[in-house]
Amino acid sequence: MALAQQARILKEPVSIDRRAADNLRFIRDTMERAASFTAVPGWGGVAVGCTALAAGLTAAHRSIQQAFFVWMAEAGVALLVAAVAVCRKSRRLALPLGSQPSRRALLSFAPPLLAGGMLTVVLFRLHELSILPGVWLLLYGAAVVTGGAFSVRIVPLMGLCFMLAGALALASPAAWGNWFLLAGFGFLHIGFGVAIARRHGG
Amino acid sequence: MARPAMVRTSADPPERKTRNTPAAPARIESGTLENSLPHLDRIIHERMRLGIVSALAVNESLTFNELKKLLQTTDGNLSVHARRLEEVRYVECSKSFEGRMPKTEYRLTVAGRKAFERYLDHMEALIQAMREGA
Repeated sequence: MALAQQARILKEPVSIDRRAADNLRFIRDTMERAASFTAVPGWGGVAVGCTALAAGLTAAHRSIQQAFFVWMAEAGVALLVAAVAVCRKSRRLALPLGSQPSRRALLSFAPPLLAGGMLTVVLFRLHELSILPGVWLLLYGAAVVTGGAFSVRIVPLMGLCFMLAGALALASPAAWGNWFLLAGFGFLHIGFGVAIARRHGG
Repeated sequence: MARPAMVRTSADPPERKTRNTPAAPARIESGTLENSLPHLDRIIHERMRLGIVSALAVNESLTFNELKKLLQTTDGNLSVHARRLEEVRYVECSKSFEGRMPKTEYRLTVAGRKAFERYLDHMEALIQAMREGA
């Protein structure tokens, strides 16, 4: 019995070390899983919505081709704003962008966006710009639904609203395209962004 | 007869009472971590409470149901541990209604965040000390 007790004491440092490391692993895992609740930056969405409103107003009453280039520029600006917002939020939450929830969200978000990019090139070459607003809203919505599948319910709900806006845009006259883009990328981003920021911490 | 390591339930006596008492021989193996660090925060050290605090550290707030789903626990278990954290003011709780459904929301307080950071420092210092001593 004395020998057994001594053996336990000799083994102690390894045991403490492992248990401390196990605790830290548990904390990191819990934080990673919990962070997926707010993988989407709410205020970043509001900022993207504001740039979309500006783009929509700039593109209004211009030719369909000019409006196309305005919205392409807006896509670049929005991407930049969103990237900064995601980086800031991940830094604030002390979670690297390479963490599991971030990787998972990005991998699910990217394919519909890539499909949208390819369709944009094809439709631009075919001079079929009038259906682009519907296609953009539909595929962006699909990206938000798939990317937000592991997030809080409001994120995929926002994606569904974008998809609905896209479907309506496809069924409406081409002249309304710019207003659908303005309402979708502008007001939907702002509305849902505020809700996400308020309910899920920024 | 060695006791299983780290098996503690909500029925255990309050942690503060045992914080500074010397280790009982029977707890040599099960209580090594606690005994090595007499100032270890036992409120946070408990696994479920550690989970609650870790989850709240990366969220402004989480509802009772979100925490329950995340930590895969029961209503009763979560409620007991969350109340313990509330008692020491590491988390604050707000109750409201969403439609007709009651909604309980938890947030980490400044004291809770500091305690969590202190706990992380303890764990890291311990690992470091063990590596240097090896």
